[in-house]
Amino acid sequence: MTYIAKPKFHHPGLKKNALGYTHRDYEGKISTLCAGCGHDSITASIIEACYELSIEPHRVAKISGIGCSSKTPDYFLGNSHGFNSVHGRMPSVLTGANLANRDLIYLGVSGDGDSASIGFGQFAHSIRRGVNMTYIVENNGVYGLTKGQFSATADRGSKSKKGVTNTDNAIDLVAIALQLGATFVARSFSGDKSQLVPLIAAAIGHKGASFIDVISPCIAFNNHAGSTKSFDYVREHNDAVNRLDVLVGRDPIAVDYAPGTIQVVEQHDGNKIALRKIDADYDPHDRLGAQTFLARHAAKGQIVTGLLYVDPDAEDLHEHLNTVETPLNTLEADTLCPGSAVLDKINASLR
Amino acid sequence: MPDKKPLSSVNDFVVRFANVNGSGSASANEMFARAILRHGVPVSPRNIFPSNIQGLPTWYEVRVTEAGHLGARGGVDMMVAMNPQTWDKDVAGIEPGGYLFYDSTKPMPSTKFRDDITVIGVPLTAITNSTYTDPRQRQLFKNIIYLGALSALLDMDPKLIEQLIGEQYKGKEKLLSSNVHALHLGRDWALQNLKCPIGLRVKKSDKVGDRIFIEGNSAAALGAVYGGATVCAWYPITPSSSVAEAFTAHCKKYRHDPETGKAKYAIVQGEDELASIGIVIGASWNGARAFTATSGPGISLMTEFIGLSYFAEIPAVIMNIQRAGPSTGMPTRTQQCDIIACAYASHGDTKHVLLFPEDPAEAFEFAAAAFDLAERLQTTIFLMLDLDIGMNHRLCRPLKWDDARQYDRGKIMTAEMLEEGRDFGRYLDVDGDGIPYRTYPGTHPTKGSYFTRGTSRDRYARYSEEGTVYADNMQRLVRKFETAQDLVPRPLQANAERPTKYGVIYFGSTSPAMDEAIGLLEARGHQLDRLRIRAFPFHSSVASFLAEHDFVYVVEQNRDSQLRQLIVNENGIDPVRLVPIVHYDGTPITARFIAKAIGDHQDHLKVTPLRKAVS
Repeated sequence: MTYIAKPKFHHPGLKKNALGYTHRDYEGKISTLCAGCGHDSITASIIEACYELSIEPHRVAKISGIGCSSKTPDYFLGNSHGFNSVHGRMPSVLTGANLANRDLIYLGVSGDGDSASIGFGQFAHSIRRGVNMTYIVENNGVYGLTKGQFSATADRGSKSKKGVTNTDNAIDLVAIALQLGATFVARSFSGDKSQLVPLIAAAIGHKGASFIDVISPCIAFNNHAGSTKSFDYVREHNDAVNRLDVLVGRDPIAVDYAPGTIQVVEQHDGNKIALRKIDADYDPHDRLGAQTFLARHAAKGQIVTGLLYVDPDAEDLHEHLNTVETPLNTLEADTLCPGSAVLDKINASLR
Repeated sequence: MPDKKPLSSVNDFVVRFANVNGSGSASANEMFARAILRHGVPVSPRNIFPSNIQGLPTWYEVRVTEAGHLGARGGVDMMVAMNPQTWDKDVAGIEPGGYLFYDSTKPMPSTKFRDDITVIGVPLTAITNSTYTDPRQRQLFKNIIYLGALSALLDMDPKLIEQLIGEQYKGKEKLLSSNVHALHLGRDWALQNLKCPIGLRVKKSDKVGDRIFIEGNSAAALGAVYGGATVCAWYPITPSSSVAEAFTAHCKKYRHDPETGKAKYAIVQGEDELASIGIVIGASWNGARAFTATSGPGISLMTEFIGLSYFAEIPAVIMNIQRAGPSTGMPTRTQQCDIIACAYASHGDTKHVLLFPEDPAEAFEFAAAAFDLAERLQTTIFLMLDLDIGMNHRLCRPLKWDDARQYDRGKIMTAEMLEEGRDFGRYLDVDGDGIPYRTYPGTHPTKGSYFTRGTSRDRYARYSEEGTVYADNMQRLVRKFETAQDLVPRPLQANAERPTKYGVIYFGSTSPAMDEAIGLLEARGHQLDRLRIRAFPFHSSVASFLAEHDFVYVVEQNRDSQLRQLIVNENGIDPVRLVPIVHYDGTPITARFIAKAIGDHQDHLKVTPLRKAVS
């Protein structure tokens, strides 16, 4: 159904952002996912975050692998280039794209099958390298397109729709991302837009490898009793460490919250994140602490959400490689080719 | 005295060094080859090495060839036997009348030698141990000492070797003088104790000219620098790793901004070949020139992405430094065995462009051209080298670059063109050559964006599973491949002196052996026209060549005559007329092998050789 064009008309009074774009300018084609799919809520949050940040839509490159989640880049930012690549290989394609042009915003969209199974290696290595990207996993614990097999993020003991119990241990991508050195790590829930939108906005503003695991129930194959990725289960077991606001171009104003419960983090893009702490002891700048906190809560069956770790001074792959500021894809023979005089010298040295 | 007359030859013989891997012999052996070049005499050296870091046997063979035959010859005239592990085999491999050079410090039983060769013992260990105390120095200088002894035995000019040592250790005076000292230790011992020179001699000549001495992998990497590659992603695999390493070294020299010191390139060592080709595809999709270098097993891993490159039409350059397969095969032995695997890589109907350079000079040219072709054709271009070209120093013509040359970035629709209202269909064939326009991500706020996918889509990049839409696209891809025929390097034909019904097709590293074999065959009275194929898809001249000859030999270095299969398949010709000549034991093909195989077949055909005119 993606070939069905969405009508372009909209209410003349529709709100505009700083660039003069309306919400509609950040939309894509009509979703072909099941009605009520968690992934569509994530799509809506991405649209909202990009609108709020006043990003020029065409300056985003959206790259995905294969699966239900990887189809979603067609449903947002219709004026951006998208790349629905190969199963599990979004991270390498995104890494290459990022190397070619450091000036665009890179949004990697993947799923739990795509990132925790077939693409687990690429997930890990792109995080390790510190590619400047926002890596979103739309995590439903199940293979939807192939009709309901367990994925590697399905919890041990959880039941499939057909009643089969999963006996394999689950991979927690958030824990892995922390261990691998991601400099922005968060978890959220597709049904919690107020938490998710600012997380996405903050991740986009972060320079370095940002990772967000979004629990996104599959209403067709993983929303039943016995599933640990259902709407009901996640709502009951969600334990948010903080809520945040992204403050675009203005100072944070702590109005409703008691002093000491708000922490402001300034990011590379100049915008500030105001973290409203729910768990008073939680420190989002402590990687080791985050790992322990996560493990302790997982043992209690709680799903920790919020911004778990951020390093506002992170470096990205381009800094590691010391590449020029000019995007590599704009360089031509005049700057890339050493020329015939140099070649003559090389020839002379080879005799 | 040997019971066979000792071999006697000036500037035409083969010396083979048998060493232990990791003993530091490689640089001394290479210096030997370079020293002969400095005499104005062409050489063709080859490393024969194990898949090992230290301890296993390794050989270095130098063919000294005034006539300029750069293929492997076969046979050994002088063995420098420095490895006890392979002694018996090494001694057995010497041609009758040949020479054995060995370390005579420890006496050897006479049964360890042969009667029909000249045995030359030099007490290398004794000389080394009386001069040096440090074990590492003993090991390294022993190599230079045998080099010195050989220089006396082969009548080489020591000044030329000293000059080479001077260039190698420029600015490191201590190393320089100690190496020169070691050289003369060996040379003086030989002059005082042995009959010098022996029957094999190096005499100054002028047959090298302005040619250069370079490894194919280094030349290909330099081609990538000149061709404007900015992104390189790779995973270490023999025999391709030195491409990426050379690219890194060249970029460090020539690709840093003089003011800021920043790099005008990005090199990533991927976690595997999948990531390497993924990075290349991502970078190329985004408008950078990108490549990877790999070998057979890497190609197998990359095939899914190669299919994406073909179908979604994304440029990519893959340098395949072929080694003997299948599976892990013989990682340090040469073959031309990935022709079919690359030509039709990936599932579904696919076809890919292959380039076959014959030597480092062409590796440089074709590497640079590959980036133009990849962007013009928006697909994967394979640069098909092999271990023989890639990892050996080869004498070849100097590298050339035209400063007026601009990169062909292919059909790119710019923001200005979109503003003008040009119709943009990502898969729309506007020029009839099968090649559509593409836009780079981030080009225009409202025009020119599209969704790249490996699934079927229409001319405007909209998802479609309609049969007619799918077939329309597949037909366009065929048209594009036809366009490629006229863009890739054309075959080169060389005809025999007299008209003949017999032809021979060959490619890549077979070239020097083939050229030499033609001479041997002509001497036997066999006339053959030659066609060197330099690319796939095949130019129409390949079909003409086949039509003009009754029998065409296809010489290649794999078991299943893969190029022949490809020719038969793509030209729909009678396979009986294409005679396979295959060499696939992992050693480089030789002129002797080719001449014998073709000569025997000609005899089998009862071809009466034309008698050479008696002068």
